[in-house]
Amino acid sequence: MSISNEILLALPELSLLSMACLVLVVDAFSKDPDHRITYWLTQISLAIVFLLVFTSIPDEPRLAFHNSFIDDAMSSVLKCFICAITIIVFLYSYEYLKENKLMKGEYFVLGLFAVLGMMIMSSAYSLLSIYLGLELMSLSMYAMVAMNRKSAAASEAAMKYFILGALASGMLLYGISMIYGLTSSIQFTEIAAISMTSVENSRFLVFGMIFMIIGIAFKLGAAPFHMWVPDVYQGAPTSVTLFISTAPKLAAFAMAIRILVDGLFPLVADWQSILMVLAVLSMAIGNIVAISQTNIKRMLAYSTIAHVGYLFLGLIAGTINGFAGSMFYIISYALMSMGTFGMIILLGRYEFEAKNLEDFKGLSGRSPWFAFIMMCLMFSMAGVPPFLGFWSKWFVLKELVASGYFALAAVSVVFSIIGAYYYLRIVKLMYFDKPDKMTAIKATKQMRAVLTANGLLILVLGLLPNSLMQICLTALAH
Amino acid sequence: MIELIVFYIFGALLLGAATMVVVMRNPVHAALFLVLAFFCSAAIWLLLQAEFLAIALVLVYVGAVMVLFLFVVMMLDINMVTIREGFARYLPFGLFVAILMFLVMGLVVSSDYFLSDAFSTFSHVREGYSNTQHLGQTLYTEYLYQFEIAGAILLVAIVAAISLSMSKAKVTKAPNPGDQVTVKKQDRLRIVKMDAEGKE
Repeated sequence: MSISNEILLALPELSLLSMACLVLVVDAFSKDPDHRITYWLTQISLAIVFLLVFTSIPDEPRLAFHNSFIDDAMSSVLKCFICAITIIVFLYSYEYLKENKLMKGEYFVLGLFAVLGMMIMSSAYSLLSIYLGLELMSLSMYAMVAMNRKSAAASEAAMKYFILGALASGMLLYGISMIYGLTSSIQFTEIAAISMTSVENSRFLVFGMIFMIIGIAFKLGAAPFHMWVPDVYQGAPTSVTLFISTAPKLAAFAMAIRILVDGLFPLVADWQSILMVLAVLSMAIGNIVAISQTNIKRMLAYSTIAHVGYLFLGLIAGTINGFAGSMFYIISYALMSMGTFGMIILLGRYEFEAKNLEDFKGLSGRSPWFAFIMMCLMFSMAGVPPFLGFWSKWFVLKELVASGYFALAAVSVVFSIIGAYYYLRIVKLMYFDKPDKMTAIKATKQMRAVLTANGLLILVLGLLPNSLMQICLTALAH
Repeated sequence: MIELIVFYIFGALLLGAATMVVVMRNPVHAALFLVLAFFCSAAIWLLLQAEFLAIALVLVYVGAVMVLFLFVVMMLDINMVTIREGFARYLPFGLFVAILMFLVMGLVVSSDYFLSDAFSTFSHVREGYSNTQHLGQTLYTEYLYQFEIAGAILLVAIVAAISLSMSKAKVTKAPNPGDQVTVKKQDRLRIVKMDAEGKE
């Protein structure tokens, strides 16, 4: 393939990079304190990239740049979701930043670069591109967490995130260097081919793989590498928490699939048992510790940890259907998390964040409609049929049972019942408790409309889960 | 033979300089010895025919990083007494770690792998071979994509650093000549009507 064709394959990435640079320059010269131009340019660039990816979803995987870039159905689908989710995240963020006087043009520039990093991770086909994409994404995220410099909690969260993130990157690199030392390649197909044939080296390959799994687990926030999650979720500005808990999870999922399935599938038996430990620990710690939380952001952080545990269950199943189940899980989690944090932003006002569970007391009296949307989201998170969250658990568990892991499936069902308690507690607070104050909800029409659409999407997709599942299945079919 | 002599000279210099970095009381002197240590390592790289690494070490570390380091050392008023306070307390632990690392390194170097013939002879690269050229060619062809991403990462680092450290408040007190020329009397002078005060 000629170099111009290869560049065309990476057109979405290239256009995002150039648009991000344009936004950066335009923002430097704009005098508007609300950064309206920056915001709209950012949204337009994301929409353009979305269209570019959406119109060129390939049937066959295509490799470029000396096999370090892949354009296949999985990367395209994930990129589409990443762009679409980020557009909505920025819409929520814009309201939040304006309301809390945190508006800075760099927020959107760094956000665009983070999206670029996620896209690079989704279509990386060598260990080096994965690592670079990861660093691009993480670096932007660290800065976004630290953006509110007046808040000591945000600075502390950023510091923790940065140091632990650097440590995790180091672990990942250590694993990569071991794999490279044994296979003398950083390209996934070659690594897969070599690890298939060299039996005498497989013990050392597993060693390198463990370090890479630590890196993946850290980025996804799986126990026991979850220490940063609660602090960062709580300390960061809510709009950044919203961002961190949605789109990057899709990129981390892509990273897991590329490394474990495309690269190290011959070692499937080894990584299955490692993931099993991570999954059970995550589900246990996430669901049990979340019960005692009073801060809603912290509670949702523990709920993320638990959800990552369920995500791993699909990978443990080790079949195409299981991986598709995991992909379904992570996409639906991103949609639910987006709605929930959007709701927290909606209920907050200047210098007052809906940070405690008590703030949801009697929401049905203040705004029956948003209480209903929040109820949909919480039911979905808990896995109550017919919402989306039920189906994501259903698909994952079905594949797990089909692969013969009955005990693990039973354990995860038990933990999901434990988890249902703290989701349903919010519903109880909203509908059966008296509110402390009856202040009206102040939000723009846009925000209300998108949040409504977000909540209804969870319900509609829950009624028609097969359409999304079909997309995930075709994405992973190659 | 000549190579071996040169290696031992620079090796000894490197060890000496590295020791001085730790021992020196004056931080500026320590930083200067670090420059010497980098320079000696660059010479050893050259001896190993890795001229690109040697040049990069001198340009990047000696030229840029160490100068910055010196600036920081000179700007900050570091109280050496407080830094040295824990020396005796941490010495046993430090010695333990150092001996452990020394033993581990000894184990690795004395393993069969490093004692094999491949390491006992030093092979010269063929004449006319330039590893700078080779590196450049690989970097801009095979690793073009990764190279561009690395560029984006550096850009993000700049944006992040500026956005986190820049405060919007204008702190400069520099006068604007244009404003000074166009200033009117009423901008500066305030005439207040007052009743005359009597003598006390």
